[in-house]
Amino acid sequence: MSEQLYQERIVALAKAKTGAGKLASPSKSARRDNPLCGDRVTIDVRLDGEGRIAEIAHQVRGCLLCQASASALSSVAVGRDAAGIADVRRDAERAIGREAGEAGEPFSAFAPVAGYKSRQECVLLPFEALEDALS
Amino acid sequence: MSFDVAGTRRQFPILSEIIDGKPVHYLDNGASAQTPLAVLDAVRRYETTGRTNVLRGVHRLAERATEAYEHARAQVAAFLGVPAMEIVFTGGCTAAINLAAYSYGALLKAGDRILLSELEHHSNIVPWQLLRERSGIELDMLPVTTDGRIDLAALPRLLTPKTKLVSLAHVSNVTGALLDVRPVVAAAKAVGAKVMLDGAQYAPHGPVDVPALGVDFYVFAGHKAYGPNGIGVLWAKSEILDSMPPFMGGGSMIGRVTLAKTTWAAPPRRFEAGTPPIGPAIGLGAACDWMQKLDWAAVHEHEMGLVQRVMDGLQKFDGTRLLGPAGLQNRHPVVSFVMDGVHPHDMAQMLDSFGVAVRAGHHCAQPLMDRFDLDGTTRVSLAPYNDDSDIDALLTGVAHAARTLR
Repeated sequence: MSEQLYQERIVALAKAKTGAGKLASPSKSARRDNPLCGDRVTIDVRLDGEGRIAEIAHQVRGCLLCQASASALSSVAVGRDAAGIADVRRDAERAIGREAGEAGEPFSAFAPVAGYKSRQECVLLPFEALEDALS
Repeated sequence: MSFDVAGTRRQFPILSEIIDGKPVHYLDNGASAQTPLAVLDAVRRYETTGRTNVLRGVHRLAERATEAYEHARAQVAAFLGVPAMEIVFTGGCTAAINLAAYSYGALLKAGDRILLSELEHHSNIVPWQLLRERSGIELDMLPVTTDGRIDLAALPRLLTPKTKLVSLAHVSNVTGALLDVRPVVAAAKAVGAKVMLDGAQYAPHGPVDVPALGVDFYVFAGHKAYGPNGIGVLWAKSEILDSMPPFMGGGSMIGRVTLAKTTWAAPPRRFEAGTPPIGPAIGLGAACDWMQKLDWAAVHEHEMGLVQRVMDGLQKFDGTRLLGPAGLQNRHPVVSFVMDGVHPHDMAQMLDSFGVAVRAGHHCAQPLMDRFDLDGTTRVSLAPYNDDSDIDALLTGVAHAARTLR
């Protein structure tokens, strides 16, 4: 069962660590904890004059799914504003079976998580941190 | 005499389940142990032949239920070596500590101190923090050594004449370290402090000789000790229970109620307001009986043999660190570990695919995680019914995680 969860694409996203780190002078930052498992995500963003993400960085103290999600999110975040990030989140939610429809890339990689309810919050935690940063 | 693990396993129906094509390798006993037929039978007997409320009823079922409930109290008392009327049934171990924190805590005043440790389960920290907010008591924390034991060398520094209670884990739910109780009791008595032990992780590994420990309070959970959920035990010396005001008000805990004033029943009834968890109490009584029939010297040898295999096996993987005592002395069968590059949740999830149930995370011991600068660990916790096949599956799964997740 779980072996299928850790498919190559998810492991590759986590290992890619896209956006891992901190920004020197972020416009906004936010940190989110998952009290159930102790995972923690910190997101820094630099915004352009119109509220779009010009630069993003994340620090994850959490599991592989959380790292993979933060990496995937960072890979598509630049150029998007809060509404654009909400669209991306819907993609992730489609992938994990919380919303109907087909997930776009790169979030389709998270499809195996649909079968693991207890791990879905791991995928969504980076989104929640970014939403906080943008609010 | 060697321990009959195969015969013991047959008493636990869940161990022969096949789930998604995998056998059950249950190594999460520290969270909740499995339940033997003797316990299931006792609960079923009550539910099918004696189910009704206890006390007060005069019909035959009420007599039967009350007798079974009080028999369970006597079984638990025998397990702890104490008088039955000093056993208070609670909703669990957490409920037992909260009861003590509220009712014994009501006897304390601002400026009094309670001594805990950095390795306590949250249930032995937070109720005391709530008491601190209510009444202005102060909390002190014994530090933890690098090998995951409570550092008793700090006792003289942290025990003061203001210390009224020392409340510590008898066995750590993360490191498996067994507390050396004797020096704690001696030092506490020297300043007039009472001692409470959280026996959640100790009681599942054999009867507890509470009088020999010399403590004042002892608590443990039913579901970790092969009993049902929703039942726990608070034991305290009768003179302490007598001095404590009630925790919850309601039926059963009263002497006489008038609209102007209410008097309290004597303990243990004073602390068992409302209808108690009757079936779970009867199940716990049966679990205590079941445990008392085991040859614990042989069981301990069996369990610690498996612990040695777990420790030796895990240490063969690069970047793996065990949290807790390096040897088998003064430890119980709980082994926590971390592996570089593999998050504990991913480790536990991968092990699940091998049919192995372990726990990952902070184990409700976040101050201990902070002490070791960890987000969490993977914890293997054993029971008498575990065998070599469980350890084989564990180590195979860990090897797979090490190969594929980092």
